[in-house]
Amino acid sequence: MTHTPTSRRSFLKTSAAVTGGLMLGFNLPGTLGQAMAAGTVHTPNAWVHIADNNVITLLSARSEMGQGVYTSMPMLIAEELHVDISQIKVAAAPPDAVYVNALLGAQITGGSTSVRDGWLKLRVAGAQVREMLITAAAARWAVDRDLIRADKGMVYGPKGLKSTYGELAEAAARMPVPEKPPMKDPKDFKIVGKRTKRVDTPAKVNGTAEFGIDVKLPGMVYASLAQCPVIGGKVKSFDGAKAKASAGVIDVVQINDGVAVVANSWWQAKKARDLLTIQWDEGAGAALSDASVIDGTRQALKTGKVLEITKPQGDVAAALKGAAKVVEAEYVIPMQAHAPLEPMNFTAHVQGNKALLIGPTQFQQGAQGAVAGALGLKPEDVTLQTTFLGGGFGRRLELDFIVQAAQISKAVNKPVKLLWTREDDMTHDFYRPVGVNQLKAGLDASGKPVALHFKVASQSVTQRAFGLPKDTMDPFMAEAAVAGYNIANTQHDLVIHDTGVRVGYWRAVSHNMNAFANESFMDELAKAAGKDPYEYRMSLLAGKPRFAHVLKLAADKAGWGKPLAKGRALGIALMEGYDTYMAQVAEVSLNDSGEVQVHRVTVAADMGHMVNPDTVEAQLQSSIIFGMGAALKHQITMTAGRVQETNYHNFQPVRMNETPKIDIVLVKSTEKPGGIGEPATAVVAPAIANAVAKLTGKRVRRLPITAEALKQTAVA
Amino acid sequence: MSVDFQINGKAAKANAETDTPLLWVIRDELGLTGTKFGCGAALCGACTVHVDGQPVRSCQTPLSSVSGKKVATVESLSKDNSHPLQVAWIKHDVPQCGYCQSGQLMSAAALLAKNKNPSDAEIDQAMSANLCRCGTYTRVRAAIKDAAAMMRKA
Repeated sequence: MTHTPTSRRSFLKTSAAVTGGLMLGFNLPGTLGQAMAAGTVHTPNAWVHIADNNVITLLSARSEMGQGVYTSMPMLIAEELHVDISQIKVAAAPPDAVYVNALLGAQITGGSTSVRDGWLKLRVAGAQVREMLITAAAARWAVDRDLIRADKGMVYGPKGLKSTYGELAEAAARMPVPEKPPMKDPKDFKIVGKRTKRVDTPAKVNGTAEFGIDVKLPGMVYASLAQCPVIGGKVKSFDGAKAKASAGVIDVVQINDGVAVVANSWWQAKKARDLLTIQWDEGAGAALSDASVIDGTRQALKTGKVLEITKPQGDVAAALKGAAKVVEAEYVIPMQAHAPLEPMNFTAHVQGNKALLIGPTQFQQGAQGAVAGALGLKPEDVTLQTTFLGGGFGRRLELDFIVQAAQISKAVNKPVKLLWTREDDMTHDFYRPVGVNQLKAGLDASGKPVALHFKVASQSVTQRAFGLPKDTMDPFMAEAAVAGYNIANTQHDLVIHDTGVRVGYWRAVSHNMNAFANESFMDELAKAAGKDPYEYRMSLLAGKPRFAHVLKLAADKAGWGKPLAKGRALGIALMEGYDTYMAQVAEVSLNDSGEVQVHRVTVAADMGHMVNPDTVEAQLQSSIIFGMGAALKHQITMTAGRVQETNYHNFQPVRMNETPKIDIVLVKSTEKPGGIGEPATAVVAPAIANAVAKLTGKRVRRLPITAEALKQTAVA
Repeated sequence: MSVDFQINGKAAKANAETDTPLLWVIRDELGLTGTKFGCGAALCGACTVHVDGQPVRSCQTPLSSVSGKKVATVESLSKDNSHPLQVAWIKHDVPQCGYCQSGQLMSAAALLAKNKNPSDAEIDQAMSANLCRCGTYTRVRAAIKDAAAMMRKA
């Protein structure tokens, strides 16, 4: 698709649910923006745009990166707007305050929050527009509004009066916004909670879906950027003469993060980039290695400032002293790369004091603000259009590649598409931080845990990304730290340690380290107590019905306690995360090379209300496979500040032949919705680790559980 | 110097340097952007196209090597999503982010061209070089079986 840059237009709009009545400006890029400018599309509120010809466009303020929000967000609006999903189009919302994710405080797609944030406000937004259409019809027909109903894009009145939403849209957009429109009881939902075909699938099976890499602007040129092999390093000097003489090259320019070659095609740019000679000032990062990062994090548990994750319960020290048995263990998770399949890219066109940005991002306002800051522009002069994201997993919360594209465009005064190589992507990520968890528990004579001291040290992404002050609690490090079990005396400590690594939010964030530690440890306690891991957990869940329910559902479905094929074992794990309760059972064996094979994963989840159950299942499948890779196969290592993994041969995600059968049990629930994009990623690792321990007698306490790691672990 | 070949049944002439990978010719010169760049090293399969009916990694296929040959991309399956694989992919809502799916579809198309009733092992064999970071494999497998059944009936 070729984009035509549009002149900026502001539309004064009455906002939707969140702010009720407050006037907000926003502007919509692209063809929808043009239609609005021409007066043929009307905007009763920021979420609903109705054209005269009755084409209804619902906006998704959340980026579509595979999690199905281009379907689930409109489903929530459509439920109360009374339109079929088949009748609507979906567009990406521009950056605007009205689209802020209330759970994260910015226009961000992440944290498994889209449905949780949108659950009420999007239904209210749909209901408001429905009521405004009815009010407009009542005025036009001079009939009582109680006699009017809206259904499937048509408004019906008495005596055969009828009108399309489109015919009423212009008038409806001028009607007062009802603050508390009538809303359906969830039991009357016709769309929400029903399996619904994704609106983005058709374009994703014939090559027409537009990702960032596919963006094309008139006169656009292509850039490849050489960055310091050590993240954070700067260009000392460079010789670009050979690159500049290479075929198709337009210019060689230095920006903050490196040296960019700009050419008529990307391949020409990439080839010429390989001809650059650059002297780097590598900076402090050159001293980093993965071993030193882990050691430093472990040391911090002794020397760092201890923050309370939650108020201590009872007296842990006394209970440990009086315990019949004390169990201690340390768990480590390594760095990880996000490695989405679409390498980082963005298209930018900077002209004078205006900038147009098009591409894949999870953080629209951040992109706008960062580019404005880097180029000295006003944020409102930076227009942003969001394409499909070829995977996100947290990587596209970051803004580095967007700022780079804008800086290169400014330097060459042309529209530029910056595209990283896979090697650039793998070696210049914002890595999942290392986590070191040390757990200590006291058991009474019956084997019941009477005391638990949980300590974790890791690095704060929130400090780096959002300037969280030092030594203050980062909630994104404490997720799933406090497990659901009833233990009388508990203490949960966090130490924040800055390793110097450039860290980022990675799917399931700190649930990964904390659930791996808690749930591995729970199996170790069961073993010390001589109890079955499932029964042991269940005995600690009195008064925790949602935990107990999913635990039982998963165990029953997986056939816990029943005979298995020879050479196989089951492991179980339980967690609450993102308001979703989840248990998983992994069935594993070892192959001839000593590698762990996962044959089957059974997952039971209680996530409250669901919007699209088919998407829920897809996300469970997805996040389990994603987590399996980190549990068994890949990690990021570092030598002299250089990330050693460079492409998918030495950072190997799970492939089809390694994919287990995934059995899913979903709890029908009317609890408030929980997130589903991430939690399963964190639960699968301890389920696998526990199964491996059962099978081999070897307790691997550091991920990934490779054949080599197993070889080096003694039978406990 | 230009290279002549066929793309999706039509004659094409490419002017890029002859060592340019076919991927970039298809995407940037011919403007067919369904074929994706994932790794640049034949490790992920996102760039899979057919050359004379064989699935190849276009990121590792120099333009010079397709002179006079027939190249088919995801766009050749059908524009209206009527190809059995597209029908099955929609039925199972296979894609998540969707980025790898063109490559998945072209690997699957090459498999079904030879084998209208592939076993799980044969599907694994044909598809395990296509990475999907979203983990859509379960649905890819189910959709291939459905498409194969449709093609057997047709």
